[in-house]
Amino acid sequence: MAIDMSQSTGVGQSGGAGGSTAVKWFARGNIVSATVLGAGGWFFGHWWGNVIAGQYTSVQNSGTNDVSWLLGAIFATVAWFIGLGALNHPIAKLWGGEAPLPEKKEKYSIWEYFSYSTDHKVVGIQYLFAMLMYFFVAGLLALGIRTELLSPTYHIWGPDTYIEIVGEHGTMMMMMMTSVIMGPFGNFLVPLMIGSKKMAFPRLEAVSFWFTVPAFFFLLSALWQGGFQSGWTGYAPLSIQGGVGQDAYLFSFALMAMSMLAASTNMVATIINYRAPGMRWSRLSVLAWGMITTAFTMILSVPVLIDGLYVMGMDRAVQTSMLYGQHGGSPFLWENLFWFFGHPEVYLLALPGFAMTTEILPVFARKPIFAFKTSVAGMIGVATLSFFVWQHHLFNSGMNPDMRPLFMLSTELISIPTGFLYLVGMGTVWRGRLRFNVPMLFMLSVFFNFLWGGITGVYNSDVPVDALIHGSFFVMAHFHFTIMGQLMFAVFGAIYYYTPLFFGIKLSEKLGKIHFWTMFIFFNSTFLPLFIVGWLGQPRRVFEYAARLQTLNQWVSISAYGLGLSLAFFVVTFVWQLVVSRPKSEQNPWDSRGLEWLVGIPVPKDNFEQIPVVLSSPYEYGNPNAGPMADLAPSISSVGSDA
Amino acid sequence: MALKTQESGSPAAIARKHGIRIVGIWFVLSLITDLVVWFVWGPHMPPGTMTTSAAGQQFDFKVLTVMSVPVLFMVWVYGVYVIVKFRDRGDHEDGYYVKGNRKSQALWYAATAVLVLSLAGFGTYELVVPAGAGVGEGPSPIWKPANAKHILQVQVIAQQWRFTYRWPQFGGMETTSLVLPVNTEIQFNVTSLDVIHDFWAYQLGVKADANPEVNNVAYTKTQQTGRFVVRCDELCGIWHGAMYNYGNVVSQNAFYQWATSMQAKNASLTKLLPKYSTVYVPNDNVVGGQYFNG
Repeated sequence: MAIDMSQSTGVGQSGGAGGSTAVKWFARGNIVSATVLGAGGWFFGHWWGNVIAGQYTSVQNSGTNDVSWLLGAIFATVAWFIGLGALNHPIAKLWGGEAPLPEKKEKYSIWEYFSYSTDHKVVGIQYLFAMLMYFFVAGLLALGIRTELLSPTYHIWGPDTYIEIVGEHGTMMMMMMTSVIMGPFGNFLVPLMIGSKKMAFPRLEAVSFWFTVPAFFFLLSALWQGGFQSGWTGYAPLSIQGGVGQDAYLFSFALMAMSMLAASTNMVATIINYRAPGMRWSRLSVLAWGMITTAFTMILSVPVLIDGLYVMGMDRAVQTSMLYGQHGGSPFLWENLFWFFGHPEVYLLALPGFAMTTEILPVFARKPIFAFKTSVAGMIGVATLSFFVWQHHLFNSGMNPDMRPLFMLSTELISIPTGFLYLVGMGTVWRGRLRFNVPMLFMLSVFFNFLWGGITGVYNSDVPVDALIHGSFFVMAHFHFTIMGQLMFAVFGAIYYYTPLFFGIKLSEKLGKIHFWTMFIFFNSTFLPLFIVGWLGQPRRVFEYAARLQTLNQWVSISAYGLGLSLAFFVVTFVWQLVVSRPKSEQNPWDSRGLEWLVGIPVPKDNFEQIPVVLSSPYEYGNPNAGPMADLAPSISSVGSDA
Repeated sequence: MALKTQESGSPAAIARKHGIRIVGIWFVLSLITDLVVWFVWGPHMPPGTMTTSAAGQQFDFKVLTVMSVPVLFMVWVYGVYVIVKFRDRGDHEDGYYVKGNRKSQALWYAATAVLVLSLAGFGTYELVVPAGAGVGEGPSPIWKPANAKHILQVQVIAQQWRFTYRWPQFGGMETTSLVLPVNTEIQFNVTSLDVIHDFWAYQLGVKADANPEVNNVAYTKTQQTGRFVVRCDELCGIWHGAMYNYGNVVSQNAFYQWATSMQAKNASLTKLLPKYSTVYVPNDNVVGGQYFNG
């Protein structure tokens, strides 16, 4: 294999001739030139689209020109990447030259976090802040929804604004959740966990992050372009009917899909090829296992989404008719394409959350992971089955009903591998010596929250019961428990757990506990009543509901404000400790055995001076004979001597 | 780090000691809660028993809840027990070193598989036997009511943002309100004139997407009189939230009187409508949602 593991070729020295000084300052690219060029690209594409399509009858009838919007967005994105310096390397190669990766550093200036960085630790931190930005903006939109639902008739927003907010909240959250673990924690931790100096494709890694930025702004821009009425599911023909806000939806979602593809390809290549000697599959951390199963699921499902969005874009811009009837198309095409991506997607949101939980649980239970192979089998099982369940979103849709029993069966089968993860969690805490630090509290709450989501998932899969609750707030509560209750709680736990490694600070336990308990209580108090609300007949995405449901809805809205305050408390305390007080962390504050903690705080610029030799599993807590997980300064003799 | 076991005895004996307590608490709590769910809460569960399909949904929801309760309590009781018993006692020791247990893992696999497969079997039975359980079955339904002779045909036409109803057995008239006779098999033919909507007659236990140019058939049988609400359950644009109306299940005589009088009253309007058909093609060029036969 062509992997050079010698000391001199970490990232930063891949270049031959030249060296980093060869790149002129104006060719290096930064966020300012990217923004300027991006704006120029937008105006050029927009103008050109008007030239091309200004005479279309559809444009003249409706007054909106989707061609010019989409061309503007495409040119803006390409110009944005040129401005970031993404094309310097390929262009230099075409010229027969070399644009080497920039030198890695021990400590970066703030400015470099806004650059097209190829250091996996920088990308991880970029991702962390970007995904939190997505989360908090979309969370504010959720408070907008809950404010409207204080009253059974519309009173704050008009119906059009309300539906825009709903769609914006859903799409932004769904885009963010796909990357909220793989982006920050996958990029930052996987090389450390497998004993590598870098990710396999550092430039691909930079691309994957920088797609998420224009995706965010394009999606947000829909709000002042009339929004999109179709929600995050974008069902045709409604999505064909909408204005240019719908183009913003499909374009930003497609950018995020590109980002997922880039990130997951990189993840698979890294985990397969860049494991240190001795890092057998049985010693691979659960988080890395979660990343590789998730990445495979993404690689297989995301192209279907891109395809569907492309078809939607064509239907809207150049009047093909693939997604609506009358000229040969069918709305069922979009429903199938979308959910063929959409259902694997929701599991690829859940898997990293479980991987993170299983990763952190043994550290605080002081025990090995119980039934390690079962946890891996559970993740692979969930990932595989996730491709065979998508029609359970379409039980009422009017498709051929023959397959309903089959999809009911496959959907219920998926609770077997999901159950494995409970077996692993429950076995791991059995006779442990549980330490209730803040990360542990979050991880335990993951099991509590996901239980509601998992149990109600069985209700959704049962066709007769689904006939009652499909499309109601019951379903909405169900997936908020599985996604927010599971994934986001795991993310916050991981933030508390990994800040020492990421930033060299250890967040206050006291403030963290206040954040945890308020978030946990208000989260459950927000979403548990919504099961009842939906069960009593309130459909999703409505601004008017039955007056008898007002008390419950008001309870939910007030709890949602509490949840918002709890998250605001996190933001304030997190930023305060990060910027102002900076409570310094000791080395390995949680007594973890993991390789990622052995390199020390702060993490050295190349992670490992030498490629380490892995000697045992990261989870040998309580084993009196266990040595350290890896030899960080291996000599030739230590290579063959692993336990 | 030296391993110091907190308890003496073989792992199996320790497991038995704790296990008996956990199972005991779990069993008592689950049994009590299940009895309450089945006998006290169950009969009042939504969506009620106005039709056979609504009653079926109520029954299925009850059965699933009875099966869920022990699962919930298993995790809760176990979790609370572990949190109380297996805490760090301040000595920062490690836990009991164990990486798996063949017996408990096998028991878990078997139990979840049996539970899941029996649920899938139960769900399939409850879907097929009561003629599709009130769910839209598309243009060519495969699960039909046994007594197919006397079925009242009701066409539901959804459009942005209202429902109207056509009655092929009453001269193809179109009404804005939905009145149904009690103790009658009913076939809903659901279609749309523009985007995807969903016909959700909550108390009737009927739900079917309204797709343009597709006929989506759902069956139910009314068994009680009363008022019900119809809501659109698929996002259909700005006024989706306001797309609802109410209907009534009335006695068969009252229904017949209502239908014949409506037919006579609407006769002049019915003539202007396109011929009754299972699907219609919308007319984009006329404001106000006109449609014609495809």
